[in-house]
Amino acid sequence: MSETLLEVRNLKTWFETPKGTVKAVDGVDLTLNRGEILGLVGESGSGKSITGFSLLGLVDPPGKVVEGSILFKGEDLRAASNKRLQALRGDRIAMIFQDPMMTLNPVLRIGTQMIETVRAHANVSKAEARAMARDALGMVGIPRPEERIDAYPHEFSGGMRQRVAIAIALLHKPDLIIADEPTTALDVTIQSQILSEVQKLTREMGMGLIWISHDLGVVAELAQNVAVMYAGRIVERGTVDQVLDTPMHPYTRGLIDSLPMENDRGQPLKQIPGNAPPPLGRPEGCPFRPRCGFATDACLSEPSETGDLSRGWRCFHPLAQEVTA
Amino acid sequence: MTVFILRRVLQAILVLAITSLIVFLGVYAIGDPLEILLPADATMAERAQVAASLHLDQPLPLQYLNFVSSALQGDFGRSFVYNRPALEVIFERLPATLELVTTSLVLSLVIGLPLGLWAGMKPGSLTDESVMTGSILGFSLPNFWQGMMLIMIFSVWLGWLPSTGRGDTGTVLGLHTSYATWDGFVHLLLPALNLAMAQIALVIRLTRTGVQETMPLDFVKYARARGLSERRILFVHVLKTILIPIVTVLGIEFGSLIAFAVVTETIFAWPGVGKLIIDSINMLDRPVVVAYILVIVTMFILINLIVDVLYSLLDPRIRSRA
Repeated sequence: MSETLLEVRNLKTWFETPKGTVKAVDGVDLTLNRGEILGLVGESGSGKSITGFSLLGLVDPPGKVVEGSILFKGEDLRAASNKRLQALRGDRIAMIFQDPMMTLNPVLRIGTQMIETVRAHANVSKAEARAMARDALGMVGIPRPEERIDAYPHEFSGGMRQRVAIAIALLHKPDLIIADEPTTALDVTIQSQILSEVQKLTREMGMGLIWISHDLGVVAELAQNVAVMYAGRIVERGTVDQVLDTPMHPYTRGLIDSLPMENDRGQPLKQIPGNAPPPLGRPEGCPFRPRCGFATDACLSEPSETGDLSRGWRCFHPLAQEVTA
Repeated sequence: MTVFILRRVLQAILVLAITSLIVFLGVYAIGDPLEILLPADATMAERAQVAASLHLDQPLPLQYLNFVSSALQGDFGRSFVYNRPALEVIFERLPATLELVTTSLVLSLVIGLPLGLWAGMKPGSLTDESVMTGSILGFSLPNFWQGMMLIMIFSVWLGWLPSTGRGDTGTVLGLHTSYATWDGFVHLLLPALNLAMAQIALVIRLTRTGVQETMPLDFVKYARARGLSERRILFVHVLKTILIPIVTVLGIEFGSLIAFAVVTETIFAWPGVGKLIIDSINMLDRPVVVAYILVIVTMFILINLIVDVLYSLLDPRIRSRA
């Protein structure tokens, strides 16, 4: 089961704007195996969504992947033609977006949008495609799929719509799913239903899943491995237990502390002081330096990554000495 | 749906009643048709006789009531000039105008939509700039001047197309139309193009803006992420979304096209209602003017109804609310 599915090395996605170059993603490394769920965590603007879009070649201009390699099952996606990428998207690599309100076309039936996705990658008749779509809807727990397939997106609730999006992602039994904050717009009970559903499907189908989220809590519940992003870089990575129990980077510590906990009742919530740096005015050296209580002169230069691709961090002042790797 | 249509019919009757009153008063105020209909040396006796035969000797409220009661029976009076029922005179000419107007609507879609899509897909490109500059010309040059230029180029210099008249017509499926003969068709081209100019420009602009507003939306990106072809995204996902504003505007424009047809029909000597109404106003042919305006108002009401129905076909969200 530990076949490597995706290897991203030194990925850089930059936006050339009149005011300067925005380095949205600035040297990201990722590894993902089959059957693995990786949580990619960070604040808004940390570059986590752009990382997801970069993998599929879906970065809108003026954004551009300027450096690095994306190996998907050994194939370099950066060198792939548009035609090849189009063939992979929705077939081998599927994506689930944040807001199911906005991603399904409001003027087309759910069935139409599912059937077109089936037929974009498989040479089947409309009737067969419809049957596949109906089965996929049933699999994600949509009641009466035979009827609901002819409904329009606005006739579904938010949670049901996101189930539809998951069903669409599963249509071709992809090798990799990139989910960009798919449960953020949902209420908590629906969220946990969908999380356990996704976990089950990933395990059963042996897919790789990259779960992009700002919510460390959700990722802790769902993923095996976590990568924390800050200002376009991965600042800490490891298994969920490693990262949550012994965070090395002060930023990760801050994220964990800002989660509301049972025994903090009545206490003011802890927060990370300051804001994420603006994309055009990132500080020299460690980008977290202005918000960090541990910063010293050493932090004026850029920290390199300590450790390896299974457990690593970028900090001159790691919070703890690793006891066991 | 039944309630909806019933309400619209009641609204329509109210609108028609009010318009008929306004138009009747307006035409009455313009002047006395006797001055134009009678020779200058007519005697008082002749005057009185003609006035009585046209019911012009009655007081205004009585004239209006007479008009309404016979209009309700489908009689809009006889034309003073042609001495035939006013409706008959109008309906004889109306098909020519409707043919001209629908042809130019079709032209504006057939030419405007592809150009708008093309320009919208490549904002800032040479294509975009040229199409947009062209559309400014379509908008801002006076319609009559465009018409004369079309005659100049295609009839005088190139000699490809006839410049005036309707040409031979034939009957297709019971409709009397220029499409039945080649001669009729070539006669239709120039006036239809002339009338369509501003509409083409309008459709181009609406489409281009629509494409540019729709392309960055999440559902387009999601469609790409599902591996759909750019063609399917543009012609199904984007086009269906932007058709809603285009249908709205064209519905409204259909009415003003009939109005603008006056200019085009005059330039190209097209025997439609536009030319008829201008002549009738000049002659103070009261029944024809009143009947014409009521016919046009009825058409406006019908067009609006059609647009509303089209809306609900295009946008499922409206359908479930109705």
